[in-house]
Amino acid sequence: MEALILLVPVSLLLGGLGLLGFLWALRSRQYDDLEGAAARILFDDQKRKDPTP
Amino acid sequence: MTNLQRPLIAEAPQSAAACDHCGAALAPGQGRFCCTGCEAAYGLVRGLGLDAFYRRRETADGALRPEASTLAFDALQLIRDEAEGFKSLEVMISGLTCGACVWLVEQALAAEPDVTKARVSFAARRLDLRWHGDAARGNELLGLLARLGFRTAPYSPACLRANEDAEGRALIRALGIAAFGAMNVMLVSIAVWVGEDMGAHTREMMHWLAALIGLPTVLVAGMPFYRSAANALRAGRVNMDMAVSLGVLATAGMSLIETFRNGPYTWFDGATALLALLLAGRVLDRAARRKARQAVAELLALQDGMVTLLAPNGTARLVPSAAVEAGQRLQIAMGETLRLDGRATVETLLDTAATTGESLPRGFGAAAPLPAGAVNMGAPFTLEVTAPARDGSLAAMARLLESAEQAKGHFVSIADRAARFYVPVAHAVAAVTFLLWWLGFGVVWQEALVNAVCVLLITCPCGLAIAVPAVQVVASGALFRRGVLVASATALERLASADCAVLDKTGTLTEGRPVLIPEGQAPEVLRAAASMARASRHPLAKALLRACPDAPLAPDTVEIAGQGLQSGFARLGSPSFCGMAGISDGMVLVYRATDGAPVIFRFADRLREDAPEAVAALKRLGLSVELLSGDGAGAVASAAIAAGIADWRAEADPRAKAAHIEALKAQGRHPLMVGDGINDAAALAAAHVSASPAGATDLAQTTADIVLQREGLAVLPDAIRIARRAQILARQNIGFSLAYNAVAVPAAIAGLVNPLVAALVMASSSLIVIGNALRAGRG
Repeated sequence: MEALILLVPVSLLLGGLGLLGFLWALRSRQYDDLEGAAARILFDDQKRKDPTP
Repeated sequence: MTNLQRPLIAEAPQSAAACDHCGAALAPGQGRFCCTGCEAAYGLVRGLGLDAFYRRRETADGALRPEASTLAFDALQLIRDEAEGFKSLEVMISGLTCGACVWLVEQALAAEPDVTKARVSFAARRLDLRWHGDAARGNELLGLLARLGFRTAPYSPACLRANEDAEGRALIRALGIAAFGAMNVMLVSIAVWVGEDMGAHTREMMHWLAALIGLPTVLVAGMPFYRSAANALRAGRVNMDMAVSLGVLATAGMSLIETFRNGPYTWFDGATALLALLLAGRVLDRAARRKARQAVAELLALQDGMVTLLAPNGTARLVPSAAVEAGQRLQIAMGETLRLDGRATVETLLDTAATTGESLPRGFGAAAPLPAGAVNMGAPFTLEVTAPARDGSLAAMARLLESAEQAKGHFVSIADRAARFYVPVAHAVAAVTFLLWWLGFGVVWQEALVNAVCVLLITCPCGLAIAVPAVQVVASGALFRRGVLVASATALERLASADCAVLDKTGTLTEGRPVLIPEGQAPEVLRAAASMARASRHPLAKALLRACPDAPLAPDTVEIAGQGLQSGFARLGSPSFCGMAGISDGMVLVYRATDGAPVIFRFADRLREDAPEAVAALKRLGLSVELLSGDGAGAVASAAIAAGIADWRAEADPRAKAAHIEALKAQGRHPLMVGDGINDAAALAAAHVSASPAGATDLAQTTADIVLQREGLAVLPDAIRIARRAQILARQNIGFSLAYNAVAVPAAIAGLVNPLVAALVMASSSLIVIGNALRAGRG
């Protein structure tokens, strides 16, 4: 049972990090446009712009 | 060289029956594109090297056709200055149909050398644009989008409201916390359930761990339910959230007591898992409705009125109609809608279909009051505004509408009706169980409480609480894919119970725009006339051009405002302009070639092609169908006969329409009102359930419960069918949940069920209910 003293805090810490990450993503509005993000990832970006404006 | 000046590249033709750019069906004889706008857009996309777009886009029904005639709005006043010479602009973008559009817009803008950021939010229909340099570039960049077929508009307040979804974010946050809590508590709880040989100290530590995670989770993630329950209590009503709140809190409280006395089990796992499941249902439900709300707001933003204000010194500028005061003067172009009441100093010809339902334009004398909502069919004129927007006839209509909505009262949904009966019964049974065990059988009060909590947990209407929302999410989604927006939460339920349909004529049963009546004119004459018509934005000229879309522009055509067009000696215009005094003005154009007799083109507002079929389908569904119009008796009767409607009423003004709906309701019927005009709005608000077709006025669309996004009425019977099916499934779900309770509750009262079993059985009942709800999407 001694393993629990280490494992339980570790598992809670990892889970808590995940939760914090989720809350951060929510606050920075990453959940506002799920469909757009899902579509964007499927395409390759074009090469950016000519060097001279 | 920027992409705006890049030459358009034409590609080798492919055989296809649909336009290569917008995907609309092609008329015979058209090559690859339905119009020159699409051809140019296609060339532009290919030129940018973005043709992957055409392989990836999902929907293509003409939504992307660039409109040559739309007046682009001036974005200059929306552009913000940023540091170091950067400019930024935030606008609403319309025409996004799938993820590929998002990509196309972003990449097309990013290819411009001076653009540093182009980001589209698909859900919010928002474009964030940032570039380095001149403010005037903003309009050029929006022009590029217009050439691709995407329309832009300033953000309207309604649009902002639809996007500002703080409550939705709070729900997602609660769901995240509940899911985290449930999973971690489960980790601990399973150890306790399985670990029979666990020592008492270890178990105590496990209980405290579960409480440490479970209590905050229950308190924080349950807030949406507690708040709703408290609101209902304050209003003296009963709702499902009360049962949920009480069940969850009682379970958590019980578990805390068990933790203190180190009992064999705690039940934080059940409470948190229940919250997570219910919150997931709420989040889905909200997302579906937000989509519909946003689509409506998008339509409204596109129609939102900018007017041309004439300053005393003669200069003109575009301003929002709300900013105009009485006494100011507006320039009204041909084909423009009057946004405000006023009068003109000259005679005018106005189409008042939206305000009165009359299908023929009629002349107004000088200084006669002109109603807002009418469309100018004649020459451009100067309008002297007599009332600002807030006091005008549109505002008066809005007030009429408000009183109609109040009179409609509060519709009690099936879920609320179930809750009204269910919640008091469930709580009473739990209380009786506790008293029975404690006083009746004389067990210690903790043990009696366990049984009572089991009853609460089992009756905690998990299945019941998601029985109706789950069906509605699936059904609304199915309708959304068919182009039907369900704007109000109880609309589906009310649609399912509609037993008579009241249809408006102009714009609902008919297309609401003039169409040429073929009367055997020679094709070459039609073509010559259409060539001249191409030079004009007059509604009848546009209708003539639609009858012969590939006519080239006739050379040297000049427009004589309010009269017609002239090309050399050939004339196209009003009968008097072409020297035919005997025929009254109205839906008539006369063409007179250089040599030859005048040819008359008559126009009419044509019945929608699918109208008879839709009426027949409505009748097959058991609805009686009637026609209610503000137009004259002759026009209404002929439309009614053509559409197969026996029961019709003509010359009904807005009040009469609303009164007719009230009369139907007084007879105990449930009318479905379908209308598009400003004059229909009060009737729409008064009806049991209301729908407005594609292209309806903004007032009608905000009032209606259901907005049809695509042309035609054919989806309306489909919508009713899906709503009825959803209603049957919702009843099945409620029935199932009740039956399940009827079996499980006696077992709980008898003390045969421990909370884990209760939670497991409850989860299974939820899955069955959700599975049943998925069937609503079919058929």
